[in-house]
Amino acid sequence: MTDTTASSPATSGPATGRAAFDPGAAAARATDAILRDTLHGTHRGVVVDSPPGAGKSTLVVRAARELAAAGRPLMVVAQTNAQVDDLVARLAEKDPELPVGRLHSNDPDPYDKALDALPNVRKSAKAADLAGLDVVISTAAKWAHVQGVEPWRHAIVDEAYQMRSDALLAVAGLFERALFVGDPGQLDPFSVVGADQWAGLSYDPSASAVSTLLAHNPELPQHRLPVSWRLPASAAPLVSDAFYPYTPFRSGTGHGDRGLTFGVPSDGSGPDRVLDEAAASGWGLLELPARRTPRTDPEAVRAVALVVRRMLDRGGAATSERSPGPVPVTADRIAVGTAHRDQAAAVRAALAELGVSGVAVDTANRLQGREFDVTVVLHPLSGRPDATAFHLETGRLCVLASRHRHACVVVCRAGVAELLDEHPSTEPVRLGVTVKFPDGWEANHSVLARLSEHRVSWQP
Amino acid sequence: MRGNAFEAKVKADGGTELMRLLSERLSGQSPPPASGEVLVPDLSAAGPEGRTARTALALREATEARAWALLDHPLLALEVAGSPAYLEPDAVVVRPDGRWTVVEIKSFPMIDGSADAAKVGAAARQAAVYVLALERVALHTAGAEVADRVLLVCPKDFSNLPAASVVDVRKQLSVTRRQLARLTRIEDIAAGLPEGTTFDLGHCSGEELTAAVESVAAAYAPECLSACELAFHCRHRARAEGAVETLGRGVRGELGGLTTVGAVLAAAHGGAGDPADPTVSALRRAAALRAEALAAAGASGAPADGAVDGSGPAVSAIGSANEAVTCR
Amino acid sequence: MSLISTLARLEAVESGRARPLATVRHRRISDEPLVLVPLTTAGEAGAPLGALVGTDRDAPRLLTVAQPRDRDLRFAFLGELAEAVLPYLDTYAEVIEPAERNETDPETGKRVKVEVELCVDAPQLIVPSRPGIDFVRLLGRSMRFRRTAEDDPDTPYPAPPRVPLLGRWLTHYGERARVPGSSLLLAATDLLNRHWATGQSSLEDQHLGALLAWIDPPEGVSGAEAALRAELDRDRGGQLRCPPAGPATDPAFDNRLLAPAIEGYDRARQALAAAEDGPGAEEQLARLSAAERDIRELLAGVMRPTWDAVWHGLDLLRALPEGERVADRWTRDRWSFTGHRDRVRAGEPPQPRLDDAVTAAQKLASRETAQAQLEAQEALDDPLVFAGRRLSGEAFLSEVTEVVMAYSESKRPSPRPLVTVRTDDRPHLEAGTKVFRSLDGKPQSAEFVRSSAEDADDNDADGVLVLRLTDRMGRGKEPAPGSVPEKGDRIAWTLFEHDQRGGPKLPDPEETPWTHGGPPGADDATPPHARAEAHAPDPVTEEDFL
Repeated sequence: MTDTTASSPATSGPATGRAAFDPGAAAARATDAILRDTLHGTHRGVVVDSPPGAGKSTLVVRAARELAAAGRPLMVVAQTNAQVDDLVARLAEKDPELPVGRLHSNDPDPYDKALDALPNVRKSAKAADLAGLDVVISTAAKWAHVQGVEPWRHAIVDEAYQMRSDALLAVAGLFERALFVGDPGQLDPFSVVGADQWAGLSYDPSASAVSTLLAHNPELPQHRLPVSWRLPASAAPLVSDAFYPYTPFRSGTGHGDRGLTFGVPSDGSGPDRVLDEAAASGWGLLELPARRTPRTDPEAVRAVALVVRRMLDRGGAATSERSPGPVPVTADRIAVGTAHRDQAAAVRAALAELGVSGVAVDTANRLQGREFDVTVVLHPLSGRPDATAFHLETGRLCVLASRHRHACVVVCRAGVAELLDEHPSTEPVRLGVTVKFPDGWEANHSVLARLSEHRVSWQP
Repeated sequence: MRGNAFEAKVKADGGTELMRLLSERLSGQSPPPASGEVLVPDLSAAGPEGRTARTALALREATEARAWALLDHPLLALEVAGSPAYLEPDAVVVRPDGRWTVVEIKSFPMIDGSADAAKVGAAARQAAVYVLALERVALHTAGAEVADRVLLVCPKDFSNLPAASVVDVRKQLSVTRRQLARLTRIEDIAAGLPEGTTFDLGHCSGEELTAAVESVAAAYAPECLSACELAFHCRHRARAEGAVETLGRGVRGELGGLTTVGAVLAAAHGGAGDPADPTVSALRRAAALRAEALAAAGASGAPADGAVDGSGPAVSAIGSANEAVTCR
Repeated sequence: MSLISTLARLEAVESGRARPLATVRHRRISDEPLVLVPLTTAGEAGAPLGALVGTDRDAPRLLTVAQPRDRDLRFAFLGELAEAVLPYLDTYAEVIEPAERNETDPETGKRVKVEVELCVDAPQLIVPSRPGIDFVRLLGRSMRFRRTAEDDPDTPYPAPPRVPLLGRWLTHYGERARVPGSSLLLAATDLLNRHWATGQSSLEDQHLGALLAWIDPPEGVSGAEAALRAELDRDRGGQLRCPPAGPATDPAFDNRLLAPAIEGYDRARQALAAAEDGPGAEEQLARLSAAERDIRELLAGVMRPTWDAVWHGLDLLRALPEGERVADRWTRDRWSFTGHRDRVRAGEPPQPRLDDAVTAAQKLASRETAQAQLEAQEALDDPLVFAGRRLSGEAFLSEVTEVVMAYSESKRPSPRPLVTVRTDDRPHLEAGTKVFRSLDGKPQSAEFVRSSAEDADDNDADGVLVLRLTDRMGRGKEPAPGSVPEKGDRIAWTLFEHDQRGGPKLPDPEETPWTHGGPPGADDATPPHARAEAHAPDPVTEEDFL
């Protein structure tokens, strides 16, 4: 890490707890340095690591506008159509006059219809139709098919850690220089076929775009956004320690800045007690009796749904720096996260049975990049008879534990620590591959140890 | 035999070749020390305690002297589950800046810069334990620091020339630290055994030994077969119990609370189990779909099922013609 | 593992015999495959020890290395292997048919059709087990950079004439084996495990003898019991009755039989050298021949059961009818074989030690396409595989209950009929999800409109789906005959596509972008000597093992 973080107090880590730490100033310094390198630097690339909720989208929008304002049209590469549409909408919201191109596929319904209401957003499946616009945005997959156009001088590559090296290879000829932004702690890209034969090569096509970029261009400036504006002061240390042990970050808010209250007192049930614990401490672990269960463990699924139902019934309200008074935590501010799609489907059905609608219920993959007030997580290892690499993957747990602004309730069967002990980490090691931290087994243990301080058992 | 010869070759001439590899991989631009500059202390002493003390002394002396030193087969101690364990790395190199580096010399080849990932993983876990043990010594040595990157030396391509690679063992270190902290103490394990249980080969009969082994619970999985001499014994027991783990840990994933072959099949074929249990309903659906597909194929004359019954004409004919030669 | 395959394993435990995982054969078995059973030397990291090779199950060619540390003997072995394998490859290289291939015209940049040759069939290599495939790769890697005396008169240890060529072919086959669904180089264990589930774990399934025992046990013995015997039974001398399929050998064989035989050979050789041309020389030569014969017999003895087992496995597989789309994948294998034949003939250098960035990305992309294609084709060819996709919600069987004609809302309306179907399956459908069925071997697509649960009472409407057909109904206003299903038709739908589109075009290697180090060799990270050495031979030392 270079200048930004070296000069920022954030590098000394959250443990220092210096009274002088001003998150706003630290983040502003980081952003200034990033924009300086992007607009005026001599390097062809700039890399920015952004932990959960550190203002990545804000940075991308700002960098795009400043480049455009400097008379330097640019292309933006995102990974999914939803990300592209979201960026287009954010850009248009910030700067309705800015001419933006949305390059899309030939599939039916290739973009969000909401974009049709934006007067300065032009949509086309042909890059040539969008030539000359200040900003042209599309997915990496679509960009890869663009040929025969004049290269852009600038590009912004969003979610670059979730982009595969071979996808970057296919689009890198379209731009001269680029700003790469992403979160190294989230789920890695993967391949459905073996790619071991290239492990350790700097350009391993199955590795992340950033690891290839840095292996070939180690001199590029690397920055880090040092402050999470999403995660509350209660959550940042746990997430930072467990998932970013060598690149710590802090919360942008202090312990008194966020609050969660209920209009209806606890009825003494497990869900109510765990909600009270989570409201008070930011974390709650609702522990069900140990049992080996199917993936869609009916009791755990029902417990998840009940926690959500009680959250709404008890009139949860959130206090934060965003508004002067408490804001009701409505269904759209709550998310349920699971490891598997069938679990998400089972939770949706259980919620429907309890008459709850409007809550986002999805897998870690689909919750990546999203933000809520309260999340309820079905622990990936709950009730499992085995701990596979999929369930131990660091990024999965990191995504699930870092979507909330106020509180996170984890629902889990007892016995996960013992399960982990039965499945010691014996990962193969490939020579020359940069180690990605931390180890999934260790991160799971670490999170579990912290969560167990907030344990509420199902039976009183 | 090849492994020992290779290790001797790597360490020959006061470690000249080893130092060259180490400098090339870890020191950047600075040249390797000349052969006369490297101390190779004598580490022989009586008993493991003597050898660990001798190793600690040599490490301290070299660090204080701000010299290069090569410790050939040092002996280190580490407390594991409440009891001391002795560990013998292939080599530890002390550098003038006080940094200690673990060197692992393996006989599997490094071909075009890559090696068997499972073997490298095992070597990394092994080296991490050495680093932990060295950290205990470094605590009492001023100016010493243990490197969290180790040097792995293997034969290059198809030759016995050495090739080296740096392995970052920070992951393995954090995992091993937690594992050591979570290990059940040996006394506690022993306390859980029936009174008088012994595994002492010298003092009990075959039957007593078998009974002693039987009295201990085993968590068998097929992976044990490549790692443990008792695995066939445990497999036999697990099979007799009908444990689904005998088919691989992975099969348990979708079987929920059902742990035996009989229970799963009874649930799948409608003989037992609560249909409201998602495991049971999934099994029944899987069994029905499977039966339907096999029936459809059987009707069209596919011999797959015949092969299994042994009644399919084509396969049983082949079977009888060849069964004699499959195995002697 | 899917629940259906898990069930198959459990049923195998209960019945004591393997259970089918497929109702058709999903790989090509050539009429005349070349079987190769290799062995390596314990403790010598892959030095060849011996091999049985050939296309005649009754007459394998036996190749042995009496002293694996002797480079000359190893080279002789590799030379013989080349003489056993290359003529087999050559016979296929000569039989061709005309074919067309799309190529980019270098001048106009346009895609044009070019007349080329395509080999009518391709040679197929079968090894006993997956480590056998790894060993083929290792042999390929070690041989393709060798120099013969003809290549370089000054080379210190010239390789026999056709060894480098064999290295290139084995490398090609080893790489091709990584393409999902390819059949050029296959392991017998992989083939059998694809088609049958045994009552043991997939780790134990790597033992060819035990695997065959489960699938086709001897008369009167259960598969479980026969497998246990195959794993563990030893004769009076402590030797396994069913030796491992290699290339690694059993330690008891190495220590008790092989090591003394090799020592005997070494002694005989020393004695012969000491005798020089003296009176005892003839006798010593006879002793040396006898010692060598001993080793050959020992090795033949441990390889023959594996050889027979491989052929036995092929017989079992041949008894399954070939899946309909296997021929399509085999055609790709023929293209692969023909392509490498052409590269060799054009005098191109051997495959480099490491792929460049563009080649690696291209290989990965084509393998991902092949994987998706394989999964789709196997499901379409085999109701048992299809059942697994139904279980996972990726496919469904349905009966058409109603067809209502409808049209697209464009200036020239096209038919977009609404097809109502009933299914007992539970596909993961959301509004707009595309589904496909096979119509005359080509995919026809539809999109999911709604589940008709809203307009009927719940129980009755469960499993009633409305789909809108979107293509393959011809150009007219009325759909082409037979292109729209009728009431009562039973149709298998998939949520996955039947054909795979290739990925985007990648840059030429010479245009590798800066993010990936620039064109090969231009990267500052590549030292100049490494660039020159891309095809150079490996340095040789006294103690090489291969």
